[in-house]
Amino acid sequence: MLNYLLRRVLYAIPILLGVNLLTFALFFMVNTPDDMARIHLGVKRVTPEAIARWKSEHGYDKPLFLNEKVEGAARVTDTLFVDKSLKLFVFDFGASDDGRDIAREIKTRMGPSLAIALPTFFVGLLSYISFALLLTFFRGTSLDAGGVILCVALMSISGLFYVIGGQYLMGKLWHWFPISGWQPGGDAWKFLAMPVVVSLVAGIGDSTRFYRALFLEEMGKDYVRTARAKGLSDVRVLFRHVLGNAMIPILTGVVVVLPRLFLGSLIIESFFGIPGLGSYTIDAIQSQDFAIVRSMVFLGSFLYIIGLMLTDVSYTLADPRVRLE
Amino acid sequence: MIPVLLWSDALLFLLLAGVFILVWAMRHRDWLRDPWRQVMKSRVGQGSALILAAFFAIGLLDSLHYRERLPDVPGKPAQYSGEVLSALDWLATPLRERVEKTYSAPLATHLYAKETLKGTDGVERRDYPPLKYPGTHLLGTDKVGQDVLYLSLKSIRTGLLIGALTTLVMLPLALGLGIAAGYFGGRVDDVIQYVYTTLNSIPGVLLIAAAVLVVQVQVEAHAALFDTAAARADVRLLALCAIMGLTGWTGLARLLRGEVLKLRELEFVQAARAFGVRPLRILARHLLPNVMHLVLITVVLDFSGLVLAEAVLSYVGVGVDPAMNSFGNMINGARLELAREPVVWWQLAAAFVFMFVLVLAANLFADKVRDALDPRAGGKT
Repeated sequence: MLNYLLRRVLYAIPILLGVNLLTFALFFMVNTPDDMARIHLGVKRVTPEAIARWKSEHGYDKPLFLNEKVEGAARVTDTLFVDKSLKLFVFDFGASDDGRDIAREIKTRMGPSLAIALPTFFVGLLSYISFALLLTFFRGTSLDAGGVILCVALMSISGLFYVIGGQYLMGKLWHWFPISGWQPGGDAWKFLAMPVVVSLVAGIGDSTRFYRALFLEEMGKDYVRTARAKGLSDVRVLFRHVLGNAMIPILTGVVVVLPRLFLGSLIIESFFGIPGLGSYTIDAIQSQDFAIVRSMVFLGSFLYIIGLMLTDVSYTLADPRVRLE
Repeated sequence: MIPVLLWSDALLFLLLAGVFILVWAMRHRDWLRDPWRQVMKSRVGQGSALILAAFFAIGLLDSLHYRERLPDVPGKPAQYSGEVLSALDWLATPLRERVEKTYSAPLATHLYAKETLKGTDGVERRDYPPLKYPGTHLLGTDKVGQDVLYLSLKSIRTGLLIGALTTLVMLPLALGLGIAAGYFGGRVDDVIQYVYTTLNSIPGVLLIAAAVLVVQVQVEAHAALFDTAAARADVRLLALCAIMGLTGWTGLARLLRGEVLKLRELEFVQAARAFGVRPLRILARHLLPNVMHLVLITVVLDFSGLVLAEAVLSYVGVGVDPAMNSFGNMINGARLELAREPVVWWQLAAAFVFMFVLVLAANLFADKVRDALDPRAGGKT
């Protein structure tokens, strides 16, 4: 297994390199540092000197891949690609375009993001699977049919509706929770409750239907018929056999996103004013801070690859037949 | 007036022509026609197809663009208005031109906000002024007094375009790369898998955001190329569709790769290969028809997701042009008005209800298509 994981780590390097090249191409070749300077300076103050000054202040005044002005190895290393892109590999994110240290921001903003993402994820997983098991148990009845119709209706509603409706009902009308904001410490739960509840409700339709389809597929297999023929009760078949065997497809969808929980949710965090990484990213997009966007792209890809590896490991735990060689 | 053909119009009509050719080709082939007949037999299938057809009709009407001719000035060549209108605008002229001052509730007779009015006796009072067109705004008016029903109808085209054009970009990539990866295996498979893992690993919203920001900068830098605001908004919409297509093909490609891996070992493919049929011909004649059901199911399923995605992207600020009519922009413009007293709810409600009906119809239709086409579903899901 160690061998396998080592190979996967080595395989991750070209992928991250590809991500880096792609974002570099997008941000530096299609959209040159001159364009960036122009955006940040505004239309009125654009003079060649101002652009040059902005570029040197933010470290964008080097050539892309090959620096002809210096000697030796620095020819390749003293370039924008090494400076702005390759340094991400050692998690050196540098400073954002407004001069703040990105790594520090990420560290402080991780907490609030996780405080919302983790409960949402685990409570969601548990309740969606329970709903799906319930529908599977009552398959073919009107409860099942009604449940499926409800799921389709729920998943046809825009996610923004849940957020705006939730804020209006729970915040403005019923005064249960503050509409938005954040406060560290013991009172944090007041600010966390609404985003978590809203995200949970928003996910019900899609996930319940997905898990139900998984369970129904398993229900049609031979081993279920055998178990039933041996006289096992419906509940026992469902929980012991079907749930166990459906574990692999469940894990496939679930474990990959686990590391990415760090990044938080863009929409939820910005609507509820949570100072996490999601709202950080959205602010960066809106203020066109390319340094932050590039860091978040790299971090997101990195966490995704970790997720892929964890998925493989989790298969071995769920199914003893799977061996990683 | 002169007709205006925006790029998105051209692509949409091209797509429509493609669908017609496909239907024409299927005319005498029972095995291709039967699943669709099955879809149309159920009441849910009929209902959702009807709703979708109505939405598409509105979208197509809204894609026939023209520019009005301005009154002639003697001695000068004919001048055309900078405003691009569509057949839908022409049909909905009364809705379009009945503009109030600001918000007004559905079917209201008076404006939402109080103003200082001079009564018949000459005394000034603060009161709600009467509307210019009382009782005609079925869904009320928005902040600048435009009819919300008109805005909702105009938003339909944007939603449909995002769904349709993204599919148009995504489909050839997914088909070509997915089938090739499955059939050829080896080095080809490695490269294609590498590309889609790389694309997949980038958080989708960020990639879209990055690309849209870049396009925005480029459009601003080359503003001279676009003669109307509509053309500028159109380019941004196309770029959005292109980038969503370029990032969205991975799911279907992976699915097709898996299916083709199974198919290529089957006898009919082996036989074709033994007869010396060339690989490209095997792909097109033997493999493509056998994965078509997966393609159709995915396309219909993805469509509703894309309509919903538009609203979210517009909120993030990387959706369609802020000046373009779209459900996302409608929601974005109205979401803060819920804090007002009394609540301005009609614009949000209209956007959400229109979106809900469109997406629900698409979802229900997709379900029926899947039941009819997927041999495994067997009517149980």
